[in-house]
Amino acid sequence: MGVTGSPTNIKQGSKTKGGIGESTLRPDGTLKVTGEFAYSSDMWHEDMLWGFTLRSTTAHAEIKSIDISEALATSGVYSVLTYDDLPTEVKNYGLEIQDTPVLAHGKVRHHGEPVALVAADHPETARRAAAKIKIEYVELPVITDEASATGPDALLIHEGRDDHHIGHVPHPNIVHRQPIFRGDADEAAKRADVIVTGDYYFGMQDQAFLGPESGLAVPTEDGGVDLYVATQWLHSDLRQIAPVLGLPEEKVRMTLSGVGGAFGGREDLSMQIHACLLALRTGKPVKIVYNRFESFFGHVHRHPAKLHYEHGATKDGKLTHMKCRIVLDGGAYASASPAVVGNASSLAVGPYVIEDVDIEALALYTNNPPCGAMRGFGAVQACFAYEAQMDKLAAKLDMDPVEFRQLNAMEQGTLLPTGQACDSPAPVAELLRLVKSRPLPPEQQWLSAGEDADVRALPGGLSNTTHGEGVVRGVGYAVGLKNVGFSEGFDDYSTARVRMEIINGEPVATVHTAMAEVGQGGVTVHAQIVRTELGVNQVTIHPADTQVGSAGSTSASRQTYMTGGAVKNTAEAVREKVLEIGRAKLGTYHPAWATAELLLEGGKVVTDGGEVLADLVDVLEDEAVDLELEWRHRPTVAFDLVTGQGDGHVQYSFAAHRAVVEVDTELGLVKVIELAVAQDVGKALNPLSVVGQIQGGTTQGLGVAVMEEIIVDPKTAKVRNPSFTDYLIPTILDTPTIPVDVLELADEHAPYGLRGIGEAPTLSSTPAVLAAIRNATGLELNRTPIRPEHLTAT
Amino acid sequence: MRVNFTVNGRPQEADDVWEGESLLYVLRERMGLPGSKNACEQGECGSCTVRLDGVPVCSCLVAAGQAEGREIVTVEGLADYSKHRDGAHPGTGCSSSGCGTSLDAAKRWQSKPTDGRSGEAGDLSPIQQAFIDAGAVQCGFCTPGLLVAADELLEQNDSPSDADIREALSGNLCRCTGYEKILDAVRLAAARQEETV
Ligand code: FES
Ligand code: FES
Repeated sequence: MGVTGSPTNIKQGSKTKGGIGESTLRPDGTLKVTGEFAYSSDMWHEDMLWGFTLRSTTAHAEIKSIDISEALATSGVYSVLTYDDLPTEVKNYGLEIQDTPVLAHGKVRHHGEPVALVAADHPETARRAAAKIKIEYVELPVITDEASATGPDALLIHEGRDDHHIGHVPHPNIVHRQPIFRGDADEAAKRADVIVTGDYYFGMQDQAFLGPESGLAVPTEDGGVDLYVATQWLHSDLRQIAPVLGLPEEKVRMTLSGVGGAFGGREDLSMQIHACLLALRTGKPVKIVYNRFESFFGHVHRHPAKLHYEHGATKDGKLTHMKCRIVLDGGAYASASPAVVGNASSLAVGPYVIEDVDIEALALYTNNPPCGAMRGFGAVQACFAYEAQMDKLAAKLDMDPVEFRQLNAMEQGTLLPTGQACDSPAPVAELLRLVKSRPLPPEQQWLSAGEDADVRALPGGLSNTTHGEGVVRGVGYAVGLKNVGFSEGFDDYSTARVRMEIINGEPVATVHTAMAEVGQGGVTVHAQIVRTELGVNQVTIHPADTQVGSAGSTSASRQTYMTGGAVKNTAEAVREKVLEIGRAKLGTYHPAWATAELLLEGGKVVTDGGEVLADLVDVLEDEAVDLELEWRHRPTVAFDLVTGQGDGHVQYSFAAHRAVVEVDTELGLVKVIELAVAQDVGKALNPLSVVGQIQGGTTQGLGVAVMEEIIVDPKTAKVRNPSFTDYLIPTILDTPTIPVDVLELADEHAPYGLRGIGEAPTLSSTPAVLAAIRNATGLELNRTPIRPEHLTAT
Repeated sequence: MRVNFTVNGRPQEADDVWEGESLLYVLRERMGLPGSKNACEQGECGSCTVRLDGVPVCSCLVAAGQAEGREIVTVEGLADYSKHRDGAHPGTGCSSSGCGTSLDAAKRWQSKPTDGRSGEAGDLSPIQQAFIDAGAVQCGFCTPGLLVAADELLEQNDSPSDADIREALSGNLCRCTGYEKILDAVRLAAARQEETV
């Protein structure tokens, strides 16, 4: 035994490498760079079939008849399914409201709704067979905006709604509505020296993750099904899938396969149930992989929004009041709309002190594509509008826009419009100061002495459209406020299983959770947490599946907080157990076993003074410690449906941006030169990933500012640009350098003091770019994305 | 139809290929080489980039028949290819059974305990290692295509400027990283390349 027997030969312990705070590298990195990492579309099974989904070609219609006979007769086709083939009475699913049909029945409510399924031996066979299915539609008028949704003769998108929101919404075509009153905005408006109002429009953005919706369903001998799929929340999928299949949850075993990005777009089901239905019907493994066109119909988008804002301020620059109305277009099905409304309303004021507010946010049912979760979740649209308002007020008061914001910035202790106090650091003014104090990039970078203009550095880039004649520069600022985690009383928890044992003479820890790794780096951080808590070098991350309790969703910036918290909590319990074993076995060798604070470090038990008491190898021998525990954050409550008051949020996160743009005013083209960002992350568990997340979020905000929009025909509600040819996301040429400042002001309520980081950088990036374009051009610009015609007034 | 070609240095034969099948489909679904990714299948994202007789192409836009008699290098063969860059025999790559992801392999997948360097270090090409080290991999779906494109850039230009890198990679979309770390990775690989010459 390598146990130290007496105080005289106690050694100093050594810190375990690769713990929290270090930029350790991704455990899946090698697999991802060699092409060996198995994404959901890479799954393969001997003898598997390919599934294909037939989708509606119209947005709103009654289905008179469906004729599948010709499709079924096609050689190579194994099965064709419609609504009539669903095995149980449960024919709908949904995150919150079960209003989404697995396959359309009676009518279709949006363009691209799934109507029938085909399984065949080749993807092309399935596609061609689906094209032979004949559907008779009787077209209905389309509802596409607030006027047509809530007008006197409006058709109801969902007849006979019976969800729990129907009692408080003013019209059945409104999914959910949340007013918030605090103070007296009308009274406070009388103190204002200046008042500004504005109407803003935020376009429909798409998550545009690169890995298409896909997965493989394998029927099992017990009559169940194994599903390998890319998702954000295995257990939420399971809860929705099993009832439709008529199977108990134990018979639907889900394993996370590699996820090629998510950003909210995988919160709702896409092909999961469809693949399972086809697999169970044919008795063969069925793989479904959406192509890009289908992907645009296969997931929900960011809610487009119309926002009306009024703000007032005194002449010394103090905000007096705010009134706003935010109308979100939820499209045909509810998805996450109720929660998006809660966020949009409760965060509508932004990171500012305004005591008197009058807020209303609502989401409509329309025949437009369904909208739900996307990075920033309701806070993004509001931030775009309130930040434009801040610039308008500053201009009217002839104040510097950053100083004006700093003067009104919220701080720790500020009450939000819901009456909830912000009880952790809120460094809003400091974040603005950080981005503002960066040196500006040099002007006219396309000119280098004595040479022709480098067109690559100009708006329009390689298209060689200009040599810089009509190019003007602008600088703009914005800051935003995002909640972290699921709010409004949601029982948000995560589960982690941690096992420690000796393998080949070394202590090894295994972490098993159902957390969806979607690229955010959770797997890296879990290993770091376990190394920190258990002092072992070897950490194995078990694949995520439903054989362990729920981890909740990889969304709402919550996963490091929640599943990271669960891993920490469980690891601490494992440590206690290990120490107990140690005390029982070796406690008599040294008094410190009973008296000192003990830690695990470098594979040893050490005192808090760093003295080594034992090797873990000797403590555990062939025993394994294995625990699975649930972990919760502090509880929240639902907002009052009349006043909007209530401690609804868990934690807040903050980011600020400064955008520098160059605009070619002749061509209407924009080039973002630099997009500096500062964010408070509480504690950077992995600085490298933190910076990567901030840069990625910033780029998505840039995208919606200048190019990204799903265009829906207002007359037909049909999607016009479902492809990467027509829906543009930023390339490396469109994306500027993104310098990042990271603050670490601990939130004492969170594990390690951390703050969720994934979403905040998406908020302020968009309004900062817009502010910079306004600054360059002098134009008002009240919508996203900006298109050339908005800049050239043609 | 039947198509004969060389993939990662190994002669391959694909039978019963449909007229409309893309090279990407044949690689992924018939050769068991899913490393090249299927993000748009429209030639817009670059995730499916492979080298066809040395030239980077979107394999989703190449009809399988066009590959007849030609040499293809995918991300699976990139390390070998870059190792043998100056030799006459680029890569020996994977056999159709040795690479790719069977369901069993996928089921057995466990992230390795050490920091991303779990493969033997020498197994990766400089650009692959640089992508890991610089944090240029998040979800990683864009990564194979970017690696093939970036490797070709470094082959042509051993000290590319930022503008050169941006130009060379402008056909490859990434939705996760904001590209900054991808730039870092290419700069890093170029710098390491310089050190070793
Ligand atoms: S998959 Fe080939 S370019 Fe996108
Ligand atoms: S698309 Fe996810 S890392 Fe590039």
